[in-house]
Amino acid sequence: MVSRFFVFLLIAGVGAIFAALLAGYVPDHELNLTARYYAENTVRDTGAANIVAAIVVTYRGLDTLGEVTVLFLTAAIVGLVLAGSQHQGTHRREVPVSGELLVTGARLLVPLILLLGVYVFVNGHLTPGGGFQGGAILASAILLLLLADPVREFSHRLISAIESTSGLIFVGIGGLGILYAGGFLDNRILPLGTLGELFSAGAIPVIYSFIGLKVGAEFSSMLVDLSETEEP
Amino acid sequence: MSHIFTYMSLLLGAAMIVAGLMSVWAKRSLPIVILSSGLVSLLASIQFLLLAAPDVAMTEAAIGSGLTTFLFFFVLNRVRRGTHHG
Repeated sequence: MVSRFFVFLLIAGVGAIFAALLAGYVPDHELNLTARYYAENTVRDTGAANIVAAIVVTYRGLDTLGEVTVLFLTAAIVGLVLAGSQHQGTHRREVPVSGELLVTGARLLVPLILLLGVYVFVNGHLTPGGGFQGGAILASAILLLLLADPVREFSHRLISAIESTSGLIFVGIGGLGILYAGGFLDNRILPLGTLGELFSAGAIPVIYSFIGLKVGAEFSSMLVDLSETEEP
Repeated sequence: MSHIFTYMSLLLGAAMIVAGLMSVWAKRSLPIVILSSGLVSLLASIQFLLLAAPDVAMTEAAIGSGLTTFLFFFVLNRVRRGTHHG
């Protein structure tokens, strides 16, 4: 009972802090120095219509590489911890059959969700969204497949091949930026094109697509590892 | 405009607090706990959208409210099956 009281206090306190923040919130009438630099120079520098994507992939591309590395380490550690309890592929697990609604719904929805995920990361430089969001949407399609058919075998080799190839290409494109443009992960190794078209913004759509594939493969490998764990 | 923004933010914040309390206090059924903790993320993503951050809103909706919620259901299903079989 005491712990519940403390939880109540904690949530109420966080609520009070954010209410105080909201009460003191006044929207800026003009952009501050950093924001103005990005708003004025993003189109000239990178040719991307989505300024957030330009910052994430180009201006702060090294941070994105770090985030992808953290996610990769997480997936690797989940795989390592669960590796001891994975069942040997020969015997099939006894699981109850999933409901008709779930199976049919998954059959209809999985291609659509995959298509939405690919759309989100391919158009990352034009519309809100990008590699991380698209990758998470791809992984949610895999999760739906797992829910509908828990004994389905996913190819670990394919998932890790997609994951490592995308990572290598991401770093490789970054390295090409040093050779052919201004620096690591510079997107001007490809022509910038016209603002707002799919093939524009230099290397941003290419990099974001591979980030999307990498993030999707990492989440999927975590989900598949969790699903293949035997009960102790 | 700014008044509407303030009231909607307060409403969303109050709903998030209620959903958070529900996810701690609804001891009776675990699905309600999982759903209400997913609801916190969903309401947070609406708040991000109001604050003109659609990219963050998409991440929150896809990971916080979509993937995590269904992952919890998936694991809950596995755990229940484990207890039933021994």
